[in-house]
Amino acid sequence: MSMRNVGIVYRKELTEAIRDRRTVISTILVPLLLFPVLSVGFGALAFTLVGKAKEEVPKVMLRGGDDSPTVVDGLRKLDKIEIVPETPNWKDQIINKEIRAAVEIPVGFQADVAGQKSDTVKIYNYEGELKSEFATEKVEKYMKEYRDLVIKERLAARNLPETVLKPFEVKHENVAPPEKVSGAAFGGIIGYMVILLCMTGAMYPAMDLTAGEKERGTMETILSSPISRMHLVLGKFFLILTAALGTAALSVLSMGVSFSVLGHYTSQSAAGREAASGLILKLGPTTVLSVFLMALPVAVLFSATLMTIALFAKTYKEAQSYLTPMTFVVVIPAVAAMLPGVELTPKLSLIPILNVSLLCKELVAGTYHWNYISIIFASTCVYAAAALFIAIKMFQRESVLFRS
Amino acid sequence: MIEARGLSKRFQDKKRGEIRAVDNVTFTCQPGKIYGLLGANGAGKTTTLRMLATILEPTDGTAVVCGHDVIDDPEKVRANVGFLSTATALYRRLTAQEFVEYFGRLNGLDEATLKKRIDNVFNRLDMNGFRDRRCDKLSTGMIQKTSIARTLVHDPLVMIFDEPTNGLDIMSARTITAFIRECRDQGKTVIFSTHIMSEVEKLCDTIGIIQSGKLLVEGSLAQLREKYGEQDLEEIFVKVVTPHYVAEENN
Repeated sequence: MSMRNVGIVYRKELTEAIRDRRTVISTILVPLLLFPVLSVGFGALAFTLVGKAKEEVPKVMLRGGDDSPTVVDGLRKLDKIEIVPETPNWKDQIINKEIRAAVEIPVGFQADVAGQKSDTVKIYNYEGELKSEFATEKVEKYMKEYRDLVIKERLAARNLPETVLKPFEVKHENVAPPEKVSGAAFGGIIGYMVILLCMTGAMYPAMDLTAGEKERGTMETILSSPISRMHLVLGKFFLILTAALGTAALSVLSMGVSFSVLGHYTSQSAAGREAASGLILKLGPTTVLSVFLMALPVAVLFSATLMTIALFAKTYKEAQSYLTPMTFVVVIPAVAAMLPGVELTPKLSLIPILNVSLLCKELVAGTYHWNYISIIFASTCVYAAAALFIAIKMFQRESVLFRS
Repeated sequence: MIEARGLSKRFQDKKRGEIRAVDNVTFTCQPGKIYGLLGANGAGKTTTLRMLATILEPTDGTAVVCGHDVIDDPEKVRANVGFLSTATALYRRLTAQEFVEYFGRLNGLDEATLKKRIDNVFNRLDMNGFRDRRCDKLSTGMIQKTSIARTLVHDPLVMIFDEPTNGLDIMSARTITAFIRECRDQGKTVIFSTHIMSEVEKLCDTIGIIQSGKLLVEGSLAQLREKYGEQDLEEIFVKVVTPHYVAEENN
């Protein structure tokens, strides 16, 4: 009998939710479109922009160098940069992005090099500006090659082998599987997205089923029916949970599809492979399932918490103003998990949301720390149960239901 | 049958301290009779009726509805009560039929009984023309009928109406008053609240005048006329309420 009532409420709320445009948009459309737009769209945009920046022939101003024709000739012959004559306002020109960089060859540079006197070639640029850094890179590369050439000649002149200056090489090599490398880089963002979408999915139904019901005057109608308030709140809770999980499931699904599409496209061309090597993320069914499983108690926590808070509001609008700040409460720990160097510790594994985000990072990278998984799952379940308990208690309180 | 015994409701208000919305109210409503609760806005009518419908819990005293105590057995009380007020709105995204079905199911009707009841109620109220229309697309009259259908679907013994005609046009209000009479004629126990004198004069077997949460006077219209020596109910009401009203204003 009791579950029957919960089921009746659930089915009715489901019917209403499906007919509500706002709920459909936030639980179905947003997660389905967000990942393709974000990953494929944004990814493609980034590639195009970086490509364009690389294609542009940056203007580099040459300062001095009249007495160093070899170096200057070499610079002029460089592919993909344009050497422009010196003007006095060169600094402003860099700042205003009229030229991308300036290279200063000291007076008597070539003669100094020949005479084994040390000089400094200065490159002026706009730090952090992509196109300026490309120009700088090119000039710097050329100057370093020239230096290596000079070294070679000097060693040759003294009959010394090159190993005099390079007794040994130092190299590093990645042994982690590629999916773990990209997992470390992108796992954080996946956990973040799933958590955030779980929340947005729960948000609209949570408001609609509580404050919305008060606002539309149906609260008194439903409270006058024989259903117990506990069954009523559970029926509502399960609908909100469905929305949260539905959003999470759809987002994980669409994320998997987006990444595989992205992976497919980038592997078509050699340039794409190179550019996207750090981006390709293999999301197997196991990963997707484990991320989803971890999202389960989080969804319960969100659904119960949002429902409780929204229940205090008298109108939809009021509920919105209570729940919007909640987004920040969720986003901050979720973002914290994305910061480099933040890793799971026993203490962090007890902080709600942050713990799950951190765990998702590991899961996407294919690492299963079972002790952490159990601590986090258990602690989140405890928080979720507490939130649900409070929600049920609040629903029994007249001061909350009939707040005026 | 409804028996209110020392029914009281206190609220805590931050500014005004403790408020006695309903203060030690005792009365009885008999089956086949209409009890009218007459009072100004804020007199305690709604709170009293909400306590009888177990939407609010009394802080003191209790009431027994169809043999069930409102505090100990609220769900059984609600199963025997049809509650209608202008505040009891419809679920806008459901159709009229879905809406009534929902409340039938919540009242524990099985699907076969539910279907029979719905057909019966919809025929009786002439609602078949808008059965499958969504509630947000209904006219005021249709909304009234749908609300009535909701209160009837489980065939309750007690009907509670909280200012049922408030804000309605004449035709819609007449639908409601006709429905109230019909309930009485079927032998249901009916209690309703209003501040409209003419409704009370026309409908009520017993009148209770309530002010500041207290039930001041109770009796049939004839008894009240005799007691206060006035024919007009409004004059009687003013005579009864004025001393309390003035006291409250001064407070």
